[in-house]
Amino acid sequence: MLAAVACLGGIGLVAATALGIAAKKFAVEVDPKEAAILAALPGVNCGACGEPGCSGYARAVAEGRLAPNLCPPGGQQTAEALAAILGIKITAKEPAVAVVICQGGDDLARQKYHYLGLEDCNAAQKLAGGPKSCPGGCLGLGSCVRACLFGAITITSEHLAVIDRDKCTGCEQCLKSCPRQVMIMAPKAVTTHVLCNSHDKGAEVRKYCQVGCIGCNICKKTVPEAYTIDNFLARVNYTQADHAARAIAKCPMNCIRDLVDNSSVGDPDPKTTAPAD
Amino acid sequence: MKLPTFPGGIHPPDNKATTAGKAIVNCPLPNELIVPMLQHIGAPAECCVTVGQQVAKGEQIGTAVGPVSVPIHAPTSGEVIAIEPRLHPVGRPLPAVVIRPDGDERWHEGLQACDPDSLNPDELRQLLRQAGIVGLGGATFPTHIKLSPPPDRRIDTLIINGVECEPYLTGDHRLMLEEGSTIVDGILILRKILGVDRVILAIENNKSDAIAVMRQLCTATPIQVQPLPVKYPQGAEKQLIEAVTGRQVPSGKLPMDCGAVVQNVGTAAAVNTAVHLGRPLVERITTVTGTGVRSPKNLRVAIGTPLTHLIEQCGGFSDDPGKIILGGPMMGNSQISLEVPVIRGTSGLLVLRQQDISVKKPGPCIRCGQCVKVCPIHLQPTVIALCARLGLVEKADSHNALDCIECGCCTYQCPATLPLVQSIREIKGAIMEHKRKH
Repeated sequence: MLAAVACLGGIGLVAATALGIAAKKFAVEVDPKEAAILAALPGVNCGACGEPGCSGYARAVAEGRLAPNLCPPGGQQTAEALAAILGIKITAKEPAVAVVICQGGDDLARQKYHYLGLEDCNAAQKLAGGPKSCPGGCLGLGSCVRACLFGAITITSEHLAVIDRDKCTGCEQCLKSCPRQVMIMAPKAVTTHVLCNSHDKGAEVRKYCQVGCIGCNICKKTVPEAYTIDNFLARVNYTQADHAARAIAKCPMNCIRDLVDNSSVGDPDPKTTAPAD
Repeated sequence: MKLPTFPGGIHPPDNKATTAGKAIVNCPLPNELIVPMLQHIGAPAECCVTVGQQVAKGEQIGTAVGPVSVPIHAPTSGEVIAIEPRLHPVGRPLPAVVIRPDGDERWHEGLQACDPDSLNPDELRQLLRQAGIVGLGGATFPTHIKLSPPPDRRIDTLIINGVECEPYLTGDHRLMLEEGSTIVDGILILRKILGVDRVILAIENNKSDAIAVMRQLCTATPIQVQPLPVKYPQGAEKQLIEAVTGRQVPSGKLPMDCGAVVQNVGTAAAVNTAVHLGRPLVERITTVTGTGVRSPKNLRVAIGTPLTHLIEQCGGFSDDPGKIILGGPMMGNSQISLEVPVIRGTSGLLVLRQQDISVKKPGPCIRCGQCVKVCPIHLQPTVIALCARLGLVEKADSHNALDCIECGCCTYQCPATLPLVQSIREIKGAIMEHKRKH
């Protein structure tokens, strides 16, 4: 009994000593700054900074290759923490969130066929360009939901993606997962958006969607500085969006929305409104 | 004696009885033929006619571009009324020549019948290419390429595919019964081009009448008729080679790497027509079948005939159509419109009623291994599909996802109704893209 204890204890002691020496001798030198930066990062490995993960970004910041304010999930707080570690000052970066620019759910937008395949927008898009007649509309099969690391996206019963503006960190992973580019990044401060992604002419849009932008120019006439029309599709001018909300009630197709404040809209069908959260 | 076959595979209900006993009927010409410039694997042909031009049957309307490409011919005589993108069976509009038939069926004057004995293999290959011959089993790979193995590959076996393992389809079966001698003559031309001694005509033994007919026709020839047990996907090239010769095509390699070339019986017949009659490939046998059509038929259809016309010829829909598939139910493609035309690869038009379709919600994988058991390539479909769901492209590649022939056995067999082959197809695309980038 005693021999066994002594034996095992001895082996343990020798191994511990060897490991202790090895740990000192073969230690990999890490820039203390890099370790500190890594500790300050949120650690979600989303890749929004352009690096594969947080450790890559930490190294890049420590080496001065990347700016410390490129971590959208971390936001202003992390940027300041990183700047403090580096001993520099940074300018505030305006927070951005993803916006789904489509509200043509199953009830309002026409389908050209009934899709029975894989629950994946990219797979559906390959089958005759996707089941939705609109070339830009949200397919609602949830590829973005799976891409979102923060659980900020849900799919409605009408097969539309909806973004929780509080949970969205602006990492842009959903943009990469979407085969139809129906998500765009916009400053969080701007809440009024044209929720349509079809560049088709008005007559064409009316054939397949009840809430699609027809390029009628009314929003631009109402608030000239806040809207641009590009190829029959209106967009809010983010730099001058202060009065964009004034056009909401004027839009004949009800496709301009305030994503936070729904009160100003005469909505024919309230359940189709992309909710604020 | 036990019949040779390949490992794995499934036994879906074949549903061939509906049309197996029906003789091939010529389908009347429609009001307009839509002839796409892409009807083969490879580069699309380039249109060489103009709107308003009168074309004769068999006249070239599209020229081959590049080595892996074949010309396209006018399926009948008439006027070119449009050259524009039209909806193609792949699901998007592609360039096509629209011809209004004049009803004369006037053949092009430049076409010449040849005696295959007076031509050497190279001339014959060129002739087949000019006639637009592609694999009519459905893959539409240009035949002249398959018949031109590089000099370092010795081909010792020519396998003729009369298996027709897809459920519902009976076009090859009827062709063997009705035009067996055309097929035999075509096979002999193919044999001459390849210079092989061993020629095997493989037929599944659910077509015993075709086996008897072909056996009789092949008596005085070097062609050996080989019956095979019924199993899907026996008609897939690599599976057929394994069933007939016992050789396995190595991963990522071609049939010619194990000394075999496979040609479909329909292709053999088209080869014969091209050589002995000088007529290019302008029509094919298409089985119009399924519970959704009133009177299913085997039709001889001019390339470019819209599906609406085929449905009309078969008495229209019997009920609300739920699914329209070009090809067979296992590997065919669902269509979103009946405006698409029949192309060279259209072996069948299957219409299923709404009540025939059951889409079940996929459940969790129970690790039963059924998909592994039936996979004719010996892959692990469930593992690859899991990689696909998780987006693990390199891991899926390490499990040889690219070797998947997309036969669908795994999905058919899965008790959890998981969309296995669909997931694998997705990840195959991703692997290919990944390889292009790196």
